[in-house]
Amino acid sequence: MADIKIDKDRCKGCCLCVAECPRGNIRMAELLNDAGQPYAEIVDTDNCTGCALCCQMCPDLAIAIGPKKPAPDKAPGSV
Amino acid sequence: MEFERPTTLLETRTHYCPGCGHGIVHRLVAEVIDELGIRERTIGTAPVGCAVLLYDYFNCDIIECAHGRPPAVATGLKRVLPDRIVFTYQGDGDLAAIGTSETIHTANRGENITAIFVNNAVYGMTGGQMAPTTLLGQSTTTSPDGRGLNHEGPPLKVCELLASLDGVTYLERVAVSTAKDTIKARKAIRKAFVNQIEGKGYSLVEVLSMCPTDWKLSPQQGVDFVNHQMKKVFPLGVYKDRS
Amino acid sequence: MKILLKGNEVMCEAAIQAGCRFFAGYPITPQNEVPEYMSHRMPAVGGAFVQAESEIAAINMLFGASAAGARCMTSSSSPGISLKQEGISYITAAELPCVIANMQRGGPGLGNIRASQADYWQAVKGGGHGDYRLIVLGPSTLPELYTLTMNAFDYADHYRNPVLILGDGILGQMAEPVELTPYAPVVDLPEKDFVLDGCAGRKPRVIKTLYLRPALELVHRNELLQAKYDKISSELSLFEEIETADAELIVAAYGITARIAKGAVRTARRNGLKVGMIRPITLWPFPEEPFMRAARTAEKFLVVEMSNGQFIEDVKLATACRRPVEFLGKGGGWYPTPEAIFEKISTMCEKSLAD
Ligand SMILES: Cc1ncc(C[n+]2csc(CCOP(=O)(O)OP(=O)(O)O)c2C)c(N)n1
Repeated sequence: MADIKIDKDRCKGCCLCVAECPRGNIRMAELLNDAGQPYAEIVDTDNCTGCALCCQMCPDLAIAIGPKKPAPDKAPGSV
Repeated sequence: MEFERPTTLLETRTHYCPGCGHGIVHRLVAEVIDELGIRERTIGTAPVGCAVLLYDYFNCDIIECAHGRPPAVATGLKRVLPDRIVFTYQGDGDLAAIGTSETIHTANRGENITAIFVNNAVYGMTGGQMAPTTLLGQSTTTSPDGRGLNHEGPPLKVCELLASLDGVTYLERVAVSTAKDTIKARKAIRKAFVNQIEGKGYSLVEVLSMCPTDWKLSPQQGVDFVNHQMKKVFPLGVYKDRS
Repeated sequence: MKILLKGNEVMCEAAIQAGCRFFAGYPITPQNEVPEYMSHRMPAVGGAFVQAESEIAAINMLFGASAAGARCMTSSSSPGISLKQEGISYITAAELPCVIANMQRGGPGLGNIRASQADYWQAVKGGGHGDYRLIVLGPSTLPELYTLTMNAFDYADHYRNPVLILGDGILGQMAEPVELTPYAPVVDLPEKDFVLDGCAGRKPRVIKTLYLRPALELVHRNELLQAKYDKISSELSLFEEIETADAELIVAAYGITARIAKGAVRTARRNGLKVGMIRPITLWPFPEEPFMRAARTAEKFLVVEMSNGQFIEDVKLATACRRPVEFLGKGGGWYPTPEAIFEKISTMCEKSLAD
């Protein structure tokens, strides 16, 4: 699970991330963004490993991945 | 794996078309500048071409040059300020047509600069005319029946051409058409900057890049064009390394 | 102490004295002594010399060197100056200082390597694209070439504009004893707040000449440039006047031609002819005032130049065509002799008597 976010207003809808995601975890949203362009969205954040291959292909720096969150069962204080 | 915008890139949304490779190459250059901690002593030269607005996106000193002249401008900058980092960022029309002379001589003088060469096989900014790197048979607005061997001649191969010059330090051809290629491209760009920091001379990284709009293709088809057509004509790899 | 140097070398030494630390050029006769001299003098003073692959490259190297903050110079002769026009337009648009020298030769085309003044229009009206102006200086002796070259760097920095030294093959090739006086600035030199040297401790800077949006931004840019050119016109006007007060005939000439014409004017005076001379030193801005003044009292003008008639247009403009302006000149490497000029003066004076 990774802290992945797609900034829909930076996205120009080129879909290169969709094709690159090894888990098929990115798709095109059904709506348009404020610039009137289609944009990509994450299907399931929990299914994202944070490999960042999508980020490598995004020409618009629309995808960001935050620091890895620890898995819920190993969260601090849970031991 | 964390992934954040490099501080060398401003937040401005680029004017590039969907699926254009310039955005990826910008990010790679900016990441390398960040990583090497050289933003505050770097001066970039903007070309005439789609990347002319480089200064709208890069958070460092930039000079916009006449079409094809960045290598000469970079020479002037670097000779006056040898301890600064100077890079050129040029398209194929800029670097390999109108600026061929400047490119060859700057390379051969071994100017201690870094050249980022974005090869998209077409003149992007002016609307998709034939470039020196247009593939044989590729149709463009000025080669509507496809580039022909007899009239237009075969595509010009910059890395191969410059590899014959003894003054050149490092030449590598990379691509940004798959994530794997992009990661490799970043390594090459990093090396080209490190060479300059270490005073090793002229480095050029040629990046095969997508121009789906002027190729009249979808972004996905654009990536396929680089992977299946361009890479055949412009094989990836290191063409020279004296570093 | 005076030393004997060729004009081309005098100009180089003046540049070095004025702190020029970057030179790029491409060989062309009759200015080859310039890159040759700079190739050893520049490194000796800690500057950079580059033999460029073309005049286009050389002027673009100046674009970079000037952006980096150096006093910089390039030189060439006519065909090479044509190639520099692209860069000159950009440098002017970007308002960067630099000094360019043209040791003119015969044209058009490859022409010949004799001295000429046929690039006057290109120099003062703008040989490149767009509305821009160069400050153009026309020295006529080597001591003056020495001083004006040093001044050129000051004007360039003061106005943030390229300055062109419009010489010719004779001026470049002749040798004359010159006192190499030390450099002292002739105008105040503003801090170079445009320099690209990395953005440490400040915001990144951009030097650019593209103005796309909003639609009228370039119009505004042009207005700012024009305002600067107007300011230069009102502040910078250099000329020499010889016996114009009571002159009935005014000879107008610049550069090496003026030097030749001076002899003819002296001869005319010795022969009792009321002849004076005006010699513009700044060719742009053109010194209109002495011409307007002379047009009130003198009866006619004679323009002598080594071209088919370019400089004469500015004389006619400056005198508002109030007096007849006759012409002695030819292009292609033709030189006037003092005798030929005196003969022309005599004929014009006789004609006045007859009228
Ligand atoms: C002297 C001159 N000639 C032509 C042009 C018009 N022009 C602008 S960009 C360009 C081609 C750019 O193509 P390339 O260098 O391949 O860059 P791209 O736009 O594809 O990134 C041309 C011909 C110009 N601006 N200046």
